[in-house]
Amino acid sequence: MREPWAGTGQLLRLALRRDRIRILIWFVAIVGTVAATVPALEVAYPDAAARQARAAILTNPSAVMMTGPAFGLDDYTLGAMVANELSLSLFVTVAVMSVLLTVRHTRSEEEAGRTELLRGLPVGHYAPATAALVHVAGVNLVIGAGTALALLGGGLEVAGSAAMGLATAVTGLVFGAVAAVTTQVTAHARAATGMAMVVLAAAFVARGVGDVIDSQGSWLSWLSPLAWAQQTRLFVDLRWWPLALSLALTVVLLAVSVRLARRRDLGAGLRPERGGRAAANPILLSGQGLALRLLRGTIIGWSVGLVLMAITFGSLANSLEDMLAEVPDLGAWIGMGGGDLIDAFAGAMLSFLVFGVGAFAVGAVLRLKTEEEGGRGEAVLATGASRLGWVANWFAVVVVASIVMLVLSGLGLGLGVQAATGSADAIGRLAVSSLAYLPAVLVMAALALALFGLVPPLAGLAWVLVAWVVFVGWVGALLDLPAGLMGISPVDRTPTVPVEAADPGPLLVLTAIAAVLTIGGLLGIRRRDIRSS
Amino acid sequence: MTAIRTENLVKTFGTTRALDGFDLTVETGQVAGFLGPNGAGKSTTIRVLLGMLRADSGSASVLGMDPFRDAVAVHRRLAYVAGDVSLWPNLTGGEIVDLLTRIHGGTPRRDARRADLLDRFELDPTKKARTYSKGNRQKVALVAALCTDAELYLFDEPTSGLDPLMEAVFTDEVRALRDAGHTVLLSSHILAEVEKLCDTVTIIRSGRAVETGTLGDLRHLTRSSVTATTAADPARLAALPGVHDLVAEDARVRFDVDDAEISGVLAALNEAGVSHLTVAPPSLEELFMRHYGDETVAAGA
Ligand SMILES: Nc1ncnc2c1ncn2[C@@H]1O[C@H](COP(=O)(O)OP(=O)(O)OP(=O)(O)O)[C@@H](O)[C@H]1O
Ligand SMILES: [Mg+2]
Repeated sequence: MREPWAGTGQLLRLALRRDRIRILIWFVAIVGTVAATVPALEVAYPDAAARQARAAILTNPSAVMMTGPAFGLDDYTLGAMVANELSLSLFVTVAVMSVLLTVRHTRSEEEAGRTELLRGLPVGHYAPATAALVHVAGVNLVIGAGTALALLGGGLEVAGSAAMGLATAVTGLVFGAVAAVTTQVTAHARAATGMAMVVLAAAFVARGVGDVIDSQGSWLSWLSPLAWAQQTRLFVDLRWWPLALSLALTVVLLAVSVRLARRRDLGAGLRPERGGRAAANPILLSGQGLALRLLRGTIIGWSVGLVLMAITFGSLANSLEDMLAEVPDLGAWIGMGGGDLIDAFAGAMLSFLVFGVGAFAVGAVLRLKTEEEGGRGEAVLATGASRLGWVANWFAVVVVASIVMLVLSGLGLGLGVQAATGSADAIGRLAVSSLAYLPAVLVMAALALALFGLVPPLAGLAWVLVAWVVFVGWVGALLDLPAGLMGISPVDRTPTVPVEAADPGPLLVLTAIAAVLTIGGLLGIRRRDIRSS
Repeated sequence: MTAIRTENLVKTFGTTRALDGFDLTVETGQVAGFLGPNGAGKSTTIRVLLGMLRADSGSASVLGMDPFRDAVAVHRRLAYVAGDVSLWPNLTGGEIVDLLTRIHGGTPRRDARRADLLDRFELDPTKKARTYSKGNRQKVALVAALCTDAELYLFDEPTSGLDPLMEAVFTDEVRALRDAGHTVLLSSHILAEVEKLCDTVTIIRSGRAVETGTLGDLRHLTRSSVTATTAADPARLAALPGVHDLVAEDARVRFDVDDAEISGVLAALNEAGVSHLTVAPPSLEELFMRHYGDETVAAGA
């Protein structure tokens, strides 16, 4: 192949032109959060004593899962606090962003046929993917630099701020490179995103479990690119070299990606498409059949992922007991006895798994928009299906799948806890408890439905609620956000079962909100134009 | 000089043999028509010629170069329009035309040519691509391709979304390209378009070239349609060598006859007495029906 990179510069310009708003939003959201967090932490934890008290409760497994390897807990400075409690969410966010941007500019374009338009021009074989990666790298560098400046602005020291900025950028880059590989493997953008997200989830779990095994990072942590960024021991005892691992992995992944891309046809994945049935089976033709079929892969993927995560989290309960044995004061200190502590841990993990169920539900409802804009909604409706039936059946499938996923999460968590602690009733109790989160999930799904029905161009804003739910769940307490703001999150409104009783009050309110939103969405779809391109 | 040559090209997708020993030659300066039923392998061929697909075996050369290895160099000298054009939803048509022409290697042409094409194709360049109809998306790609000054133009069903007026504009443009000495490969399902524009025609079926040559050659190879009012016994006529598909109504008979056997048939008619006779060359339509139709038979067998 000659001139395989011809035209990369032009494609890069095109990517920037297409993404200018998108980049701005990511930048403001990420850098803005960092810039706001540092002063908020200073207010919430004004002195060393307050921070030290905070540090004392950060060693239990549920906290370790959501934070980082515990460096500097004995002298918990503001910097150490930022590194420990903010950096993981920051790294995960840029990783998600990088996966989405990479897929958007590679496989999505290819699947839509626009890459064919470009490759008919003097544009080299590798140019589209290279432009996408340079673009993603650029965005990560800008966000990394912004992060570093925001930290500096918050009064943190220079080297640590720079290192955290660089760690942010490099972590984003690694996951961009992961997506560069997954986009070569499958011909479908959605599948490529899913595969990269599975890698991210695995990295998350490996880092979390690894750090539970050894609070400063065990061998398992070191398998995770998320851990490398954290292992720089930001603001505590800074070392830069773990970032070299990230860069090395990026190079390796890009080499793999090039290797896979070298011989493959435009538009193809690694394996040729298989054939399927010649005629529809009866399930496909039933009211919910089409929705079920179209969402099948997504449902299976999320379910398997959630169950695996749940079992992993559950099995960590063991180390909690060990820890209690070692530090008997700990349980008393945070006001809970031994048995309750396990429940508290399980409750925290459950609320965390609910993020996944909520994200599934919102994504699955918003697929309706993709269906509509792809003209397929129109095709279904033209056959005489009512709009209400089309949307209601779809929504019903999402709701049932969400229930199944909640129960599966509870079962998995219970299984892990039971295996780890020998507690006899964990499985049943957690499976039932998980249903307390159903109203919260319904609110998220119903918001997506309402936006889709009433203001379809803005339907994507349903993700803002999901992001807020995750944000509140993750750093809300840390930042000591006002209860009003936290309460926007329906998950935050839900009692933390099984520690707290499943008080029906808030659950009924959430259910009512979900019902109103659902009705609004269904009425909306009956009146508005069907859009297609 | 040969602009495009493929020999024994084979391309498989899993178990599907999309191209199965396909040969194609297009001489420089020719307008070559490329016809075949759905799924015959036209788009696959064109995408191999563009280096987007890599053939399993056989050879292909475009403008004297290897279309896969030298794709970029080849593309500097050709322009391509696909039948199903997908554009960036939030760029305008005008922006996309400029973008595509710039990547092709010129500064965007804000000159008379661009304006003229936009005008003739009645395309509003200020609209966002998301709001274009299928035909208008097609026009954006056509304007961009026609704006560039290429040696070779590859069109894969370029008029599939165009109305008849726009199709006429396209026909004019291709004529102008031909008069200026450019080479064109045009795949199409619109026979009239091919008949109007093309010097040579290649018919592909199940990944093989089943017929190739000038329109005259193709007609020559085949049968003529005969309608006659005659006293001759239809059964005797039907038994003559080279006569096919005979239909008799009262004294009128209609049948096809192999061109090679036509004089024997005329003699037989003459002998029996004829009061009315037309002998027509097959229309392109009939020609293609025959080639396309055989596939249905073959596939059904
Ligand atoms: N990516 C692919 N994977 C599997 N099979 C493919 C792929 N692309 C094409 N084919 C198959 O190759 C054969 C040729 O397809 P091609 O698109 O070249 O047909 P075509 O002549 O352009 O048809 P049409 O007139 O409908 O455009 C078909 O049987 C098609 O199903
Ligand atoms: Mg085709």
